[in-house]
Amino acid sequence: MIDVALDISQRAHAVSEPRGLPVKISVEKLRFYYGDRLALRDVSVPLHAGQVTAFIGPSGCGKSTLLRVLNRIYDLYPNQRAEGRVMLDGENILDSGRDVILLRAQIGMVFQKPTPFPLSIYENVAFGVRLHHRVSRSELDDRVEQALRRAALWNEVKDKLSASGQSLSGGQQQRLCIARTIAVQPEIILLDEPCSALDPISTAKIEELICELKDDYTIVLVTHNMQQAARVSDFTAFMYLGELIEFGPTGKMFTAPGDRRTQDYITGRFG
Amino acid sequence: MASYRARRRKSAIAGGLMVAATALGLGWLVLILGVLIWNGLAGLSLRVFTEATPPPGTTGGLLNAITGSLMITVVAVVIGTPLGILAGTWMAEYGRYARLTTIVRFVNDVLLSAPSIVIGVFVYEILVAPIGHFSGYAGACALALIVVPVVVRTTEDMLRLVPDELRESAASVGMPCAILITRLLYRAARAGLLTGVLLAIARISGETAPLLFTALNNQFFSLDMMQPVASLPVVIFQFALSPYKDWQDLAWAGALIITLAVLTLSIIARVLAATRKSA
Repeated sequence: MIDVALDISQRAHAVSEPRGLPVKISVEKLRFYYGDRLALRDVSVPLHAGQVTAFIGPSGCGKSTLLRVLNRIYDLYPNQRAEGRVMLDGENILDSGRDVILLRAQIGMVFQKPTPFPLSIYENVAFGVRLHHRVSRSELDDRVEQALRRAALWNEVKDKLSASGQSLSGGQQQRLCIARTIAVQPEIILLDEPCSALDPISTAKIEELICELKDDYTIVLVTHNMQQAARVSDFTAFMYLGELIEFGPTGKMFTAPGDRRTQDYITGRFG
Repeated sequence: MASYRARRRKSAIAGGLMVAATALGLGWLVLILGVLIWNGLAGLSLRVFTEATPPPGTTGGLLNAITGSLMITVVAVVIGTPLGILAGTWMAEYGRYARLTTIVRFVNDVLLSAPSIVIGVFVYEILVAPIGHFSGYAGACALALIVVPVVVRTTEDMLRLVPDELRESAASVGMPCAILITRLLYRAARAGLLTGVLLAIARISGETAPLLFTALNNQFFSLDMMQPVASLPVVIFQFALSPYKDWQDLAWAGALIITLAVLTLSIIARVLAATRKSA
């Protein structure tokens, strides 16, 4: 299936894959366990640099689990473990010696529920920057402004940067979380159903943002909303019961899926 | 219809019993507070705050007991709070899934409900008997042993109330655990942590038994914590049992002072808890 996808993709600049786009992260034979329960069954999928890859599938199919492996956030919990390989720039991020703090600065994540820190709007964005970069006060101000501008939030908050991040509306909070993530200057951004708690206008803003951000970042999006996947992603992966059923360019996945189950899901016959 | 009437009757009886039970409970409280305020106000005067405890038959106040209680309480909180916060933080964060946490929590609960006289005897054995005399520091250590389990408990509970999403989003910007705890979790749980400390102060400010074995008492005004130190609960205990009217009046005044102090702390704790919820 992966080969099919790469054949169709005719774009140049191949690095890891001879005939396709450069691959930023290569998930290989990934198995994931919650205690004894196997949640991902030998998932292999390439995530292309500078592209938006969307993961769709019914609840409990493992798409969020996969996302949580990519920045090793699952490390926070006992009894959760991953097997297989997740290659980022040629190194396996699952290696036990890997510094997860640095890894997570490189791979940012935005969650389903907006979770601003209990700090001011300014500090929400500045905090991560200070953790990883030694910057002067004026440079920090610049970075915060740039991040808020990129997250399309600057005009709404520029006059109240010292207000609590938690005083913003849900959609604004989510954009604040995106600003917080990009301020650290990661290479990859993971979005775990970022719009599921938001109204349609906020959702449209975030989708616009995703399309703008992909010039600079590799974006992985988990979504329940198939229209959203179709609108913003370049590649789509369909997962079902912990398995990757099909992966390919979004256009093809939604018009001529290769697998019966994919077709059933995107036409709404199950899920 | 009959069953409807029967149900109404049962409801009225049950409701009546509930009101009666509430009235009974509150009635005693009002009675206690009423007697306390009535007798306490009678004994209260400026002299209570400016003069040390008198010999029987002369005038005096409670100054030595009030300053003694304040010193012992402050030292107890200074010793107990950091220990409690550190232990509670370990249990809620680093050791959240550790077996040791379950054991520590159980032991802590035992300590929390241990009779305070046992704590007094224990501190007597290790800090009074070997040194050879009673001291304010021994009293403070005994009270610190009561502070620790209260603060451990509230710290762990309050940190666990902070949603995991905050920990995950902090981790996802590459924040080390120590920074997460000191800069974000303590801030998010600040009101709750402070409430725990205030509750611990309220709890120890009326303790008598541990102090009888440790700080003992002192007839004179003294700021030397290495020597026996007077405290309000012990003075109340001694004066209330005495046959002298003026001592008994001072005991009432002391009881009123403690009650008002604890009431103030409880109100502050309530207000802080309310702001935590609305934040």
